Amino acid sequence: MTAVEIRNISKSYEEIKALDDISFDVNQGEIFGLIGPDGSGKTSLFRILTTLLLPNTGTATIMGYDVVSDFKKIRQIIGYMPGRFSLYQDLTVEENMSFYATVFGTTINENYDLVKDIYQHIEPFRTRRAGKLSGGMKQKLALSCALIHKPEVLMLDEPTTGVDAVSRKEFWDMLLGLKEKGITIMVSTPYMDEAGKCDRVGLIQEGRMMSIDTPGMIRESFEFELYAVRSDDMYRLIKDLESSSLVRSVFLFGHYVHVTLQAGDKADKGLLNFLENRDHRNITIKKIPPEIEDCFMELMTKEN
Amino acid sequence: MTNKAVIQVENMVKKFGNFTANDNLNFEVYEGEIFGFLGANGAGKTTALRILCGLSLPTRGKISVAGYDVYRHREKIKKNIGYMSQKFSLYEDLKVYENIRYYAGIYGLSRGYIKERTDQLLDKLGLEHVRNKLIQDLPLGWKQKLAFSVAVFHNPSIVFLDEPTGGVDPITRRQFWNLIYDASEDGITVFVTTHYMDEAEYCDRVSIMDLGKIEAIGSPDELKNNYQASNMDEVFLKIARKEKV
Repeated sequence: MTAVEIRNISKSYEEIKALDDISFDVNQGEIFGLIGPDGSGKTSLFRILTTLLLPNTGTATIMGYDVVSDFKKIRQIIGYMPGRFSLYQDLTVEENMSFYATVFGTTINENYDLVKDIYQHIEPFRTRRAGKLSGGMKQKLALSCALIHKPEVLMLDEPTTGVDAVSRKEFWDMLLGLKEKGITIMVSTPYMDEAGKCDRVGLIQEGRMMSIDTPGMIRESFEFELYAVRSDDMYRLIKDLESSSLVRSVFLFGHYVHVTLQAGDKADKGLLNFLENRDHRNITIKKIPPEIEDCFMELMTKEN
Repeated sequence: MTNKAVIQVENMVKKFGNFTANDNLNFEVYEGEIFGFLGANGAGKTTALRILCGLSLPTRGKISVAGYDVYRHREKIKKNIGYMSQKFSLYEDLKVYENIRYYAGIYGLSRGYIKERTDQLLDKLGLEHVRNKLIQDLPLGWKQKLAFSVAVFHNPSIVFLDEPTGGVDPITRRQFWNLIYDASEDGITVFVTTHYMDEAEYCDRVSIMDLGKIEAIGSPDELKNNYQASNMDEVFLKIARKEKV
């Protein structure tokens, strides 16, 4: 069944087109990741789906309710964690939780089971003011508050931005736990490596959806042979690769450079010869499967 | 990269009341090196960065930056470094060329020099066509590339970059690192913080902080060997896995 249905949504702010004819579905019980950089339109879409912003054109429903006409109903069945920390900084952890529970006509105890795994991390600090928590703790409190009324759909706008790699990993473990409990999760992130944790992802750039599929299918649709290349002098390696007529694309990727070649060229002969002629030492060239980030950059290049 | 240390930190301690934000840090950064300064949120990176930039005094320790002592010559330090952050870099309501002129002017560069370098810079970045645009009208990626170029406009010996690529699209993020490499080739030392672990691999050496201490320091290859990890993400998780409050 469909939890979120988005049809031809567009949104402009004066001359800037934030969303350009977006359509897709989020299935009930899945984690759907909206992946794209700052300014790609992720937050505008979240604000439309959470009934905080009106689209210029198009329609969207959540659990069958229209985001414009049924906005009151939608606010009861969704949990929303905005990108900017928006809890009350001068209330304590527990006061924030009680406040959100009361607003939705429930109590912490009533839905404690649902938030337990997450809230336990911060419960020892329940008398601390929210403004005095670390980044990772704030994020856990915000998630607990978004969950306290047992929403059917969870909307998380960049919950892991600016959060360190350890806290990011913990946060995704929590989301997987919530998915087990049957909650539909729509989450946005600028971190491409988080795509793999989602059931399906949409790659968004400049207000347009470039691709919507499972992470596996997006990787499979990469049309080129991809090579990971390195040598002792990475700076010179990049410059040389960029100048070579054999090479189609060159992107730094951790301690390798990811390279695709012009049609018909073979890495083992042409590229190796080329790099040896340029006096590179300890050359490694290996064929690798693409990551989501490779696919994203390929799609970006194609769109331009 | 040379063996000449441009940042020397010995037994650096910074306390806020009872809280020790930097707990006896010791490290050196060499001329022309790209040095990655990593750590979990709240590990004490920003505190250390502010001391090295001459914005805050340490509680104790012997620290010199670009050859100047952080207690006695903070103004000299500021003249000899560049700085950019994710949160604030350029004035949104000034035009592109006005931002360049403003920052270059602060460092006392001559009008003629500023004019000539501005043309070169915009040409190199491919931003000539937005010279007269307000910063607020540029995409984030362009802003960050421009902010970096402004931060090194006065040819500082060291540039400090605080999460310069947060939220930037993946292609621009790589173009940004190409600018960093270029600066490093020109002999500018780069001191950078990031949450992207693939970017840690682009550094000559990295340090990883946890709970106010430097837990590991070395080249990415050394750290991967020491921690038996296949990439820097794993190294980071092994060092900074403890729960923070």
